[in-house]
Formats: sequence, structure tokens, C-alpha cells
Amino acid sequence: MIPVLLIAVPLLAGLIGFTLKDGAAKSWSLFASFLTLGISLAGIALAEGSKHLEINVEWLPSLNSRFSLAMDGLSQILCLLTALSFPIIFIATWGEKYKKARNFFGLMMLSEAGLIGVFLASDALLFYFFWELALIPVYFLASQWGGEKRIQATFKFFVYTFLGSLMMLVAIIYISIHTRDHSFSIASFYGVRGMISAQDQSWLFWLMFMAFAVKMPIFPFHTWQPDTYEQSPPAVTMVLSGIMVKMGLYGVLRWLAPVLSIGTYMWGDTVSALCVIGMIYASLIALRQDDLKRLVAYSSIAHVGLMCLAIFATTESGIQGVMIQLFNHGINVIGLWIVVYLIEKQFHTRKISELGGLAQKAPGLTIMLVILALANIALPLTNGFIGEFLMFNGIYGSKVTSYNVLFMVTAAITIILAAIYMLNMVQRVFYGATHALTEKALDIRLNEKMVLGFIVVLIILIGVYPEPLFHLTRDAVNSLLAKMYFKP
Amino acid sequence: MSKYVYLVPLFPLIGFLINGLFRKWISKSLSGLIGSGVILASFVVSLLIFFEVKEDNFQPVIVSLFEFIHAGKLSIPFSFLVDPLSVLFLLIITGVGFLIHVYSTSYMQEENAPAFAKYFCYLNLFVFSMLLLVLGSNFVILYIGWEGVGLCSYLLIGYWFKSQEYSSAAKKAFVMNRIGDFAFLIAIFAMINQFGTASFSEIFQQAPKATTGLITMVTLLLFIGATGKSAQIPLYTWLPDAMAGPTPVSALIHAATMVTAGIYMIARSHVLYDLAPISQTVVAITGLATAILAASIAIKQNDIKKVLAYSTVSQLGYMFLGLGVGAYTGAVFHVMTHAFFKALLFLGAGSVIHAMGGEQDIRRMGALKKYLPITHITFLLACLAIAGVPPFSGFFSKDEILLAAFEKNPIYYIVGVAGAMMTAFYMFRLYATTFLGKFRGTTDQAHHLHESAAPITFPLIVLAILAVVGGFVGIPEIFARNSNLLGHFLQPVFAGQEKSAGEPSITVSTEWMLMGISAGLAIIMVIFAWSRFSRKPELGEPGGFGKLLANRWYVDELFDVIIVKPLNAFANFLNKVIEKNVIDGMVNGTGRLVQYGSRQLRYLQSGQVGGYVLLMVIGIVLLFVVQLLLRK
Repeated sequence: MIPVLLIAVPLLAGLIGFTLKDGAAKSWSLFASFLTLGISLAGIALAEGSKHLEINVEWLPSLNSRFSLAMDGLSQILCLLTALSFPIIFIATWGEKYKKARNFFGLMMLSEAGLIGVFLASDALLFYFFWELALIPVYFLASQWGGEKRIQATFKFFVYTFLGSLMMLVAIIYISIHTRDHSFSIASFYGVRGMISAQDQSWLFWLMFMAFAVKMPIFPFHTWQPDTYEQSPPAVTMVLSGIMVKMGLYGVLRWLAPVLSIGTYMWGDTVSALCVIGMIYASLIALRQDDLKRLVAYSSIAHVGLMCLAIFATTESGIQGVMIQLFNHGINVIGLWIVVYLIEKQFHTRKISELGGLAQKAPGLTIMLVILALANIALPLTNGFIGEFLMFNGIYGSKVTSYNVLFMVTAAITIILAAIYMLNMVQRVFYGATHALTEKALDIRLNEKMVLGFIVVLIILIGVYPEPLFHLTRDAVNSLLAKMYFKP
Repeated sequence: MSKYVYLVPLFPLIGFLINGLFRKWISKSLSGLIGSGVILASFVVSLLIFFEVKEDNFQPVIVSLFEFIHAGKLSIPFSFLVDPLSVLFLLIITGVGFLIHVYSTSYMQEENAPAFAKYFCYLNLFVFSMLLLVLGSNFVILYIGWEGVGLCSYLLIGYWFKSQEYSSAAKKAFVMNRIGDFAFLIAIFAMINQFGTASFSEIFQQAPKATTGLITMVTLLLFIGATGKSAQIPLYTWLPDAMAGPTPVSALIHAATMVTAGIYMIARSHVLYDLAPISQTVVAITGLATAILAASIAIKQNDIKKVLAYSTVSQLGYMFLGLGVGAYTGAVFHVMTHAFFKALLFLGAGSVIHAMGGEQDIRRMGALKKYLPITHITFLLACLAIAGVPPFSGFFSKDEILLAAFEKNPIYYIVGVAGAMMTAFYMFRLYATTFLGKFRGTTDQAHHLHESAAPITFPLIVLAILAVVGGFVGIPEIFARNSNLLGHFLQPVFAGQEKSAGEPSITVSTEWMLMGISAGLAIIMVIFAWSRFSRKPELGEPGGFGKLLANRWYVDELFDVIIVKPLNAFANFLNKVIEKNVIDGMVNGTGRLVQYGSRQLRYLQSGQVGGYVLLMVIGIVLLFVVQLLLRK
């Protein structure tokens, strides 16, 4: 019951939203997003394996595809992230004025439904359906309400991700034909390991991985991302980088590595190398960014690269780290986007070189940002540390590659680079003397303080006592790892 | 009492939270009271624990609070270890830390109330982090404190954040520390993957079974971590820049917290180092080289705090020399005496700077002796202690290290003594130029010269007493049997690893001679520098070799040229050329190719039926041909 509600509530809320007045749609969506959050918390409160967390009914019998949703620890944590993020995003951008607001909020809720569907689907065709359902509203949101160069940027985004999705569809159909019962169910997919030859797994791997790699994104398929983030309206950027990039990682964790474990093993080193190169590359580029949005975008590319690397390391510690980090990265990066949004709203610029001295005028904002920045560079006792520590540890201990130490050491250089670019930003935006532009800066308002304060409290709580998140995901780690691990 | 050890870090944490959350509402006197009071409370608890630990039958206690990270087979508890080593550090951190807090209540009076509370909030967090560092019973908790002190130094060095220069210094400190942390982390992962645990006791127990190669790698990585935090070659350049922070913060960083972390970590991991002779040699040589390099730079510095900063780098070098030659007790002993006299020197310097209205250049000081009597006399005692003049504290601790160095290799001893001579020289150059001679400041400054208030002079007096008598806890056995109390106290920690102080391999007469040489040379340098600089201080700009020293061997400039600039240039290249043209160019190029191709294809749709029929015929013919070929 819970999974159906989780999807149905935002879906219906979105559809109803289209019919409401512009002003009402905003409050309506906030209400619906809180309702979704409540349902997701209820889902967590129920013990795993409870029958309320699954549903499996007839859907497309001619294709042998069923409407089946299931909720394990991995789904729980990502649904929680999604359900938590939407209210945060709505409150933080409450003052924003949109043309045709009802359409904006309707599409936002539809994308929430799509995202939650992606994290719950346990039928490959259904997964694909939700994958597109999440993508299309976001495309419209970015192209209709975005910045000046939105058409160009979102077109690239759309073509890129759509091509990826098509390749994935081909792979899904191919795999389904080779399953024992010719179905799309996840159980059949997991059973396909021995039924597809290594050769076929090799190319199938790339068909699927392309879709996920673009979404994450993995170097060198990342160039759509900074442009899209820059051009999208703030709320959409937060959805994109807080939640949507997790779709790619989730896809690999749930639908690629455990299904095509031989192909994953064959290409593990290649993908890992791309991840490591991408991490260093994105961090170095982040050093030279003057635009706050692009800085956060490149920093996020580096962090996502680490998560992907940790998945391919196929160790208990690494996968556990990824699951924690999926959630932590989501809330941290949304926090950073909120700060960027607040700065842009007040000063009408995102150029680091044009700002300065904000700490004197906006101490509240500064404290929030410094804590977010520290979480972003994985300082101990912030949530960022827990995930990164486990991931690096897992990468070091990987048994499926002989380059484990090389990968780990090279990837870890980014912890130094991250400190440089984050602290550079803090220094140049917040410290130093004020000038004409920042002289009259105001500190953050109550609603902004509340959401940022909430994120900061979460950062520290999880950083000090991460056990509840471990508890939530522990079983999922083990069951996925058992399917993923392959070594000839 | 040991099981209540969590109270020790808990009090500063509470202070941090109160001062941090309520900074807008509480008065200056209250936040100062809370800030200092919590540290005093921690000190009292530490003292109670100390009395328990010093009993002969004491066994180390592990206090587990909760499970911090539990992923699969890896379990890292949030737990504390109480043993003589950690307790000694507790006493140093909270004791000296408390005095610095008291001092700060007066020194920071000019700040407004929220900024004042913020200062104490950071200070408490600093002490908290350092306490976590020394109390952790595994490498991960140690690492939490390790990064925590890095963060606090960042916050406090950049406390006056309106100045870009100061916040750059803060950033430099953090980044250089991070470079060390990077190596430290790799060492932790190597240990976890080898031993399946991060706990000290389990790792040290299993270590002898591991290969020497692995242990050498781990110990070298840990040492790189230590060079960052404890400012050794090549990662030392942040510490002199860290002078940007308020002076009591410098005292805290240099004496009670932060820089001693590296020493603690290596002393704690001594079991590993004993298994890796190569690493020990690296530690000893790096320490010695740093001691000499920093001492040479200190000779030509004119900023009172810069001289002290380089002297810290140099003294830390001696501690590493001690660790490298296996004199763990000696190194820890020097940490302790150094904490006393270096805190005293910085706090004294702060008193001087206060009196001089913010002036830090010793060339514009002089004759402060008569205006600042308490500061003067305590500063002099500290100088005698650091110079290694007997019977002041620095003499005993430095001597213990030098003796052990001689046993290992006489060259270590000779170089070490040369460094000690330089130390005596630059310290008395500093003392004489500041306090003796004629006053060289402005008349305006002369009018305002006055001794500081009680919260400033009280810590000076207490520290001065400690700097004088602190060495008596580690008197060499040749003076009296069982006189090395510290060695006895720490013996359970370092037992079996180093020769116990009772049975030296060098003869008693050699020991007397070596002690005499180092003490004698130090005294000669003291007299030389005193008489020279009290009469004719160095006021001009140095030339020739002196200029090289004054410019710190141009190491900062060198780093800039070989690391910072190339890194930036490379990043720029990636950003401007690779990202924009190559990668995005390829993507856009693909897009353009598709567009071009479709434009060409469009010509086929001419709308003329004749054309379509022709294409159809061609198509059918092609199909036939393919069919024919496939059939064979």
C-alpha cells in the first residue's frame, strides 16, 4: 500500500495542481509534498519485508510486464531523500514568482512521482516508464522557466539523456527476452546472470551504463550538466542535482551491476578509471570557476564520481558508504544550492569575484554555508565524512580490481582539491571587506533559516550518529552485494 | 574516575554550544567565565584521573560510548582510551589551555560581545577536538580530533576575517594540513584492510605478524600526516603564517593543542615505528633538518611572533628527532616542557604587543624591561628554559633527546647541539632587542606603555613557575636514583620498546660530558647574544646570507613556483581548452554532424515522383544483390 500511495499522492496532486489557481497551486503542492514525506516516514517505520511495502498486480500481460513495486532499504533511503527534498525546496524558494505557477508546481509534483517510481519499480519496463516520467517534466520545467540560454542548454540535456534512455530500453528488452520466463520482473533479471554470455554482457553493459553515466554524470559525458544547472530555475536545479543524479547511481546499483555482473566485472576497471579521471578533472575545473552555480556543479560531478567508483569496487564497506552518501550528498548539495540561490536573489549575481565581505552583514547565512562547505569536504562529524570514509575504505579494499590502491589514492587527491576550492569560495564570497554591492546585504529570513538550519542539524546528527541510516540499509547492502560480486 | 573520562571533552563541548548558540545574548564576562570555567572543570577531572592512573597497578581503561561506524565486519566504536600517555596530554591540554582561556578574557576585551563569545566558542571547540584526538582508542576517533583541530585553527587564524591576508593564512593552514591528512587517511585504510580494525590495541598486537614493507609504508604515511599537523619539512610553512590569529590562539596552537598532535600520534603508534627502522630514520632526519632549518630562519626574523613561530617549528623538530631515535619518553617530555615555556613566550609576546599598541616589530621596541616588569621577568625565564640552560625545564627534556640521539648516531648529536646553539642565540637576540637597550618606538607608544592586567599576568606567573621547575619530573638517573618520575609514569606505555632510563648503554662519564657540552655551549650563546644585542640591536635590513634567512630560504616562493602556479595553470588549461573545446566540442560536433547528415538526406525528398521511382528501383536492385550474395 505504501509504495502506491507514495507515487499516487504526488501524481494526483500534480494533476490537480494544473487545474488550480496559481496562488493555490503553491500551497497545495507544499501540502502534498508534506503528505508524501509523511507516507515515506511511515514506510520506514514499518519493518522491512512487511507486505505493506510491496505491490504486484497485472499491468501489461501481453508484454509479461507487471505493475510491481517494492521497498527495501535502498529504496527507503532514496524515497526519504526525495520526499524530504521537495518540501525543503518549496519552502526555500517560497518567495520566487513564476509565470503560470500552476503548471510549474504541477510539473514539479509529477517529477516527484516519477522519481519515487524509479526508486520503487521492481519491474524493468515499469522502471523505464518512471525513468521517463521523471525526465520529461524536468525538461519542461527547465526549458520554460529557465535562464536566457535555457533552450540550448535543455536541448542538450534532453538529447543526451533521451539517447541514453533509448539505449537502456533496448538493453532491457534484450535481457527480458533472455530471462527464463521472458518477463521484466526484477527477480527474473537477477536470474539472468548465467544465461547471457560474457560477450553479450559486454555490449549490453554499455547500452545500460550509458543511460546511467549520462545521468550521474560520468566523465566525459558530463558537459550537459553545468550548463543545465546554470540555466534552470533554482528549484529545478535542486531537484536535478539533489535527486536526479541519484537515478543514475541507483540504476547501476539496482539494475546494472547485480543483473549483468559479468559485464560489470569486465568493464569495472575502465569505468573506475573514468570515474577517477573525472573526479580529478572536475575538481581542477572547480578551482577555476567564478560562477557559484558552476562551482557547485563541478564539485558535485567529483562527488558523484566517487560514489560510482565505490559501487564498482564491489565491497561491503564501499556499497554501504554509497547508500549513506546517496542521502547525504542529496541534502548537502540542496543546501548549497539554497545558499547560491539566496545570494543570487539578493545581489543579482553569482560571480564570486563580484561578491565579498558577506560574513559581516549576513552572519547567519555564513555559519550555514561554512557548515555545508565542511560537510562537502567531508570533515569528520559531518555526514559527508561517514560516506566518504566508507567509500574510500571500500575502494582500497576492492577485490575485483588489481588497481584498487591506485584508484583510491588518486581519487583521494580530491579531498585536498575540494578543500581548496570550497575554502577559496568561502573566503572570496564571505570574508574580506564589503564593497558597494555587499554593503547593504541582509541576513537570511526565517523560512530560509529554518530550512538551512534543518539541513545543518541533519548534517551533524548523521555525522555523529549514523547508525540509524546503517540500520536502514544494511540488509539491502548485503543482498545487492551478493548478486553483484563476480570474479572469475 | 577513569570511567567518567568522557566528562573531559564533554565540558568544552558544552562551553562551545553555549557560547555558540547564545552568542548574541550573553555578556562578555559571562561568556569568558563559561569559556574558561569548562576548561577548568576538564582540568580538575583530568587531575582526578591522573591520580588514579599513576598508581602502580593501574591497567589501561577503554570507555566505549556508542557504535560510531558499523558497516559489515568493520566496527569502529566511539571510545576513549585512558592510559598514562593520554592522561599526560589531558593535563597539558586542559592545564595550559585553561591559562590561555583566562588570559584571553582580558586580551580580547576590545571585541564586541558576540565576537567575544564566538572567540570562546572556537577556543572551546579547539580544546574539545584536541581532547578527542588524545583520548580516541582507535585511529578513526584520533582522526576526528585531528581534522577537528585543523578546522579550529582555520577558524581562529582567520578570526579577523575582514582581512583577506588573514583568511588566506587560515586557508593555507587548512590546506597544508589536508595534504597531511590525505596520507593519514591512506594509512588508516591500509591498516583497516590489513588488520580488519582501527583500534590501537588490536593493531599493535597483530602488527608483528605483518610484513615490514606494509608497516614501513603505513608508518611513513602516518609521518607525512604528522608533518602537516606538526609543521615539519615540507609542510611547515603554514605555521609561521598562522600568526595572523590573535596571540592567545598562537599560544594555544603552539603549546597546548594542534602541533603536538603529530608527536602524540607517533608516540602512540610507537609499536609500529619500532618495527620499521627505515621510517624511524626518516623521522629522525626530517626532524633534525627541520630543527636546523627553522632555527636558521628564526635568527633573522624581526616580528616577535614570527621568531617564536619558527622556534616552535624548530623545537618540534627536536621532538621528532627524539621519536626517530626511539626516545619516546624524551619526546613526550619535551612536548610538556615546551608547552610551558612556549605558551609563556607567546602570552608574554601578547602582553608586549598589547602594551605597544599592536606593534610586533622588535626593531621598534627596546627597554621594555622597566615598563613591563612581570612580563619581562617571566619572558626571561622562558627564554632560559627554551635555550636549554640548566636547571630550567628545557634543559632536561632537550638533553634526554640529545643523549638518545648520540646513542643512535653521534652526528645527530652534533647537528642537534648546533641547532640548540642557534636556539639560544635567536632567543636572546629576541629578548635583548625587545626588553633591553633603548626604547625605539614612537613617543605616543611610550606614553601608553604599562604592565598588563591580572588575567594576563596571572597565567604568565603560573607558566613561569612551570617553565622553571617543570623539568624536575624528568631528572636523569645519573643525578639521583629513581629521579625520572616521568619515565616511570610513562613506562607502561613505552615498556619494552626503549631502554629504560636506568641502564644507559653509554657510560656515566660520557653522559656527563655530553650534558656539559650542550649546556656549556648554550650558556655561551646566551651571553654572546645578550651582550651583543643589548648594546647594538640589529635595525637595518639584512644583506647577503642574512637576506636569504630573512626571506625564509624563499621556500614559500619555491612552493608557489613549483606547485601552486603549475596547478592553477593546468586547471585553467582544462577549464578553458579541454572542457570547452575538446569535450563539449565533441558533443556539439556530434550534434552538428547529425544536422549536416540530415540536411544532405533532405535533398533526396525532392517531391518529384520520378526521383522516388528511381530510388525505389535502386533499392530493389540492391536487395536482390544482397539476397544473391547471402545465398552463396
